[in-house]
Amino acid sequence: MMTTNDKTPEREEIEMLLPWHAAGTLSRGDAERVEQALSQDPELARHFALAREELGETIHVNETLGAPSARAFERLFTAIEAESPAPRRQIASAAAGWLSSLFGQFSPRTLAWSASAAAVVIMLQGGLITGLLLSERGGDETYETASRGIELPTDQGSFVLVRFNPSASAADITRFLDTNAASIADGPKAGLYRLKVSPTTLPKDELTKIAARLQQDTTVVGFVVPTE
Amino acid sequence: MQVLFARHQVKVYRFVLRLVGNPSTAEDLISEVFLDVWRQASRFEARSAVSTWLLAIARFKALSAMRRRPEAELDEEQAAAIEDTSDDPEVTAQKKDKSEILRKCIKALSPDHREIIDLVYYHEKSVEEVAEIVGIPEATVKTRMFYARKKLSELLKNSGVDRGWP
Repeated sequence: MMTTNDKTPEREEIEMLLPWHAAGTLSRGDAERVEQALSQDPELARHFALAREELGETIHVNETLGAPSARAFERLFTAIEAESPAPRRQIASAAAGWLSSLFGQFSPRTLAWSASAAAVVIMLQGGLITGLLLSERGGDETYETASRGIELPTDQGSFVLVRFNPSASAADITRFLDTNAASIADGPKAGLYRLKVSPTTLPKDELTKIAARLQQDTTVVGFVVPTE
Repeated sequence: MQVLFARHQVKVYRFVLRLVGNPSTAEDLISEVFLDVWRQASRFEARSAVSTWLLAIARFKALSAMRRRPEAELDEEQAAAIEDTSDDPEVTAQKKDKSEILRKCIKALSPDHREIIDLVYYHEKSVEEVAEIVGIPEATVKTRMFYARKKLSELLKNSGVDRGWP
């Protein structure tokens, strides 16, 4: 058994790794080395307990710092809009407006607690919708991030841009698509999906009416705008 | 971009806020961080986690902003962050529980020590990731963390809590 007076290079190395072991960020090999040393050295185990205390209180200190207000979001998307080409600018504007109003309803503290949950919901929905999209395309698409550009493909038909509600389930979205004879043509891009609502190019007025009709289903969609 | 922002904004904000000490400045800086990410998305090579990339950009921007700030403003904020040691240590220990004292001491660490403590414990960054974010060798990451913890023990001792380490 090692003792307090052991100052071998190995023990010093293990001592330095304790904070990462407490945080669970060591490689499996290093974690096993540390675990073995802890089981043989009570003094080292006491030092590990100190690191765990530090970890807990550091998390506490950071968690009480609050969260950024909607101003940070608005500032970001205003800048993105200013640097974007025209089609992208319209999309960014619509997205920023919608999210700004949504974020504006919450206090910074509320956002702090809800951000993680919201992100998980959005990511889950993104995965489900990507599944729908891939199944329609035969599943041979390669992965692309949501932050890629918004240059749109130029296939035939009439299209709308849709932002699905984070609370909408895959079943809701499937029903929505079936009911409206629509299909996901592209997305997500900046959180938006491009839906094909007609195989032919419809007059602008008619497309606007379709967008307004789709917008009625507020359980599934956040907003809908006609696009080319 | 919205998903990325929603997922990481709070942690990046807190990391920046701990560095610059001003909520308004921190908000401005995180907007700039994500704007840079949007501009440079094609350059991200996925060698490291997105959060590591974000924190590295955030750190660079925070340090640049701090260099631009007037000395007077820095002194005022740093003074506000320093532990009030006017109480006798024993009185202090009686007034507050150990956890509260520990939190006060964590806040009172120097910026370099505070940063590494936050990255390791709160942002859950490995030795390699901290080295990438801070731009120092991995061996230096370990020794800096060791000295940050040692300093923490000294601050605790001055506040009446002797941890018996190091």
